Amino acid sequence: MKLRFLAAALAATVAMPFGAANATDLEVTHWWTSGGEAAAVAELAKAFDATGNKWVDGAIAGSGGTARPIMISRITGGDPMGATQFNHGRQAEELVQAGLMRDLTDLAEREHWKDIIKPASLLDSCTIEGKIYCAPVNIHSWQWLWLSNAAFKKAGVPVPKNWDEFVAAAPALEKAGIIPLALGGQPWQSSGAFDVLIVAIAGKDVFEQVFAKKDEAVAAGPEIAKVFKAADDARRMSKGSNVQDWNQATNLVITGKAGGQIMGDWAQGEFQVAGQKAGEDYTCLPGLGVNEVIATGGDAFYFPLIEDEEKSKAQEALASTLLKPETQVAFNLKKGSLPVRGDVDLATANDCMRKGLDILAKGNVIQWTDQLLSPDSQKQKEDLFSEFFANPSMTPEDAQKRFAEIIAAAD
Amino acid sequence: MTAQTRGSARPNQWLRNLNAKIASIPMILTAVVIFVGGTAWTVLYSFTNSKLLPRLSFVGFDQYERLWEAPRWIVSIQNLAVFGFFSLIFSLVIGFVLAALMDQKIRFENTFRTIMLYPFALSFIVTGLVWQWLLNPQYGIQSIMRSLGWEGFSFDPLYNSDIVIYGILIAALWQGTGLVMCLMLAGLRGIDEDIWKAARVDGISMWKTYVLIIIPMMRGVFITTLVIIASGIVKVYDLVVAQTSGGPGIASEVPAKYVYDYMFLAQNLGQGFAASTMMLVTVAIIIVPWAYLEFGGGRKRG
Repeated sequence: MKLRFLAAALAATVAMPFGAANATDLEVTHWWTSGGEAAAVAELAKAFDATGNKWVDGAIAGSGGTARPIMISRITGGDPMGATQFNHGRQAEELVQAGLMRDLTDLAEREHWKDIIKPASLLDSCTIEGKIYCAPVNIHSWQWLWLSNAAFKKAGVPVPKNWDEFVAAAPALEKAGIIPLALGGQPWQSSGAFDVLIVAIAGKDVFEQVFAKKDEAVAAGPEIAKVFKAADDARRMSKGSNVQDWNQATNLVITGKAGGQIMGDWAQGEFQVAGQKAGEDYTCLPGLGVNEVIATGGDAFYFPLIEDEEKSKAQEALASTLLKPETQVAFNLKKGSLPVRGDVDLATANDCMRKGLDILAKGNVIQWTDQLLSPDSQKQKEDLFSEFFANPSMTPEDAQKRFAEIIAAAD
Repeated sequence: MTAQTRGSARPNQWLRNLNAKIASIPMILTAVVIFVGGTAWTVLYSFTNSKLLPRLSFVGFDQYERLWEAPRWIVSIQNLAVFGFFSLIFSLVIGFVLAALMDQKIRFENTFRTIMLYPFALSFIVTGLVWQWLLNPQYGIQSIMRSLGWEGFSFDPLYNSDIVIYGILIAALWQGTGLVMCLMLAGLRGIDEDIWKAARVDGISMWKTYVLIIIPMMRGVFITTLVIIASGIVKVYDLVVAQTSGGPGIASEVPAKYVYDYMFLAQNLGQGFAASTMMLVTVAIIIVPWAYLEFGGGRKRG
């Protein structure tokens, strides 16, 4: 405590000159730094500046894994920013419990967030002990298989319509010198791909039993064994994609060097930047073409508790701006994600986004693992799957045993 | 006068060199409060289930049990052992040989010394990136050799789980041997010229002089070097992050990276503290007996 106080005192002396200059400057930290992402953030900044405040951009390069420790240490170290991005879910849970984050319940009630935010699970993720602590901004879903039409043409096989056809087409792709499945080396990618396979192969109920109820018996059972078999296929198919970042892997698909990639809807931005058209140059299969279900992961903004009247007002203005229909449309079109309210019209959305919106409208949604598991369990899962996908000698049975142990220990 | 005579008894021990003692108070405080205090705090909290924020709810040895059951930790320890063993041996041997060659009164010694020491001026991240490119099969050594005609030449340690740690070792040696060489060279220069003359008069061959006379005389330099290399080994982190970020899979993970990942990415301070405590214990197991022999025994000899 004493250390924290000292850090706060030090930070206060540093921050003072800025505070005096313009009280309604609000620093917002996030990790949206790629081309499409930066354009989307600019929309948020524009909308916020229009309220008479000033958005001070605090982009942190790298990925969420790099940015989150920096954000958290600033908040716990007594140098909070005005607002910060986290993913939907439990990443900020302890910060809230420690009383470091601002309670937005009043604002939420005044603006009827309960009625406008769809699906409701997004607001549930923001709610801790009955109070609302964050403003969701978008929905990102992981359940997509992106396929290169050119690669399948070269291999002389039709573009698959689901996962099984894709697996069946793998030998033809390999014969044509194409890597069937692009998979980057970063641990979160293999772990995420596996979670997608669970929903697609074993279905929504099994997914919920494993991750929401943490049922160890199901995790060790025959349904998940099937998923591990599919993951074994995926491992064989991804051999040779020696890339690290997800967008490098997406680039293999764009250039036709790889047949497909399991990746979230943010991959769409890369296809757009490359000037490719959905349906013509690439194909997207939600739920891997098997179970058309999408998970409601994504991003939300949290507001650290600041004892400064002006800044608190600015925080409130920002939270309210983020959920305005106009902001939602402008931001999500650029970001390639889905809006968090059901009553806005994305007239210019492309094919793949429309598919996503349809599924969302039908209510075929699940909560994503970020919402259901603690970052600790997520990391253990990442360790397991990055090992599994890189090491062909690890059997699916061994991996499943370890998976069940992680689920058993999860809280 | 009387005060002075009384002062010559016991308290004098404490008051002697008073200025120096006062001057060193800040450093003593730093050492005690920050190093020792921080260490004790870390060890204490490694017995709790602290997640994102430190919390004093004790869970006994749970964190340690989980740590030693985690395959990634085991891999990290094995990697550290392999990396440590080879980097200790190779950097000492290569460093000493280079220093001995340099000591032959060669021309342009300054130039060579600068070249050898140059890599040490780079940060580990830069070294890591440079070697990531060199060892990349598409751009690096493999592609150069293939373009020269050896079509079957294959050298991609960073993409092969079994040998990835040696790819990191190469980069570490490239960076570290220059410094070892300079330390050794300084040691060699400290040897009296007369020793060499005496050895030559006695007709002892050159390599025998080095092995049997010079090296034992350089004991102090070797120990300094050993401590510098060893501490570098235990905390190796940035090199791995820059070259492979632990991959492929978890094949090149190291303990320091485990600590960072679990403390900050997994938001599990307890687990990170347990891992860093194990690192401390490992170091203590190596350092304590050695320090005892070195300093405890040294006084008796002296």
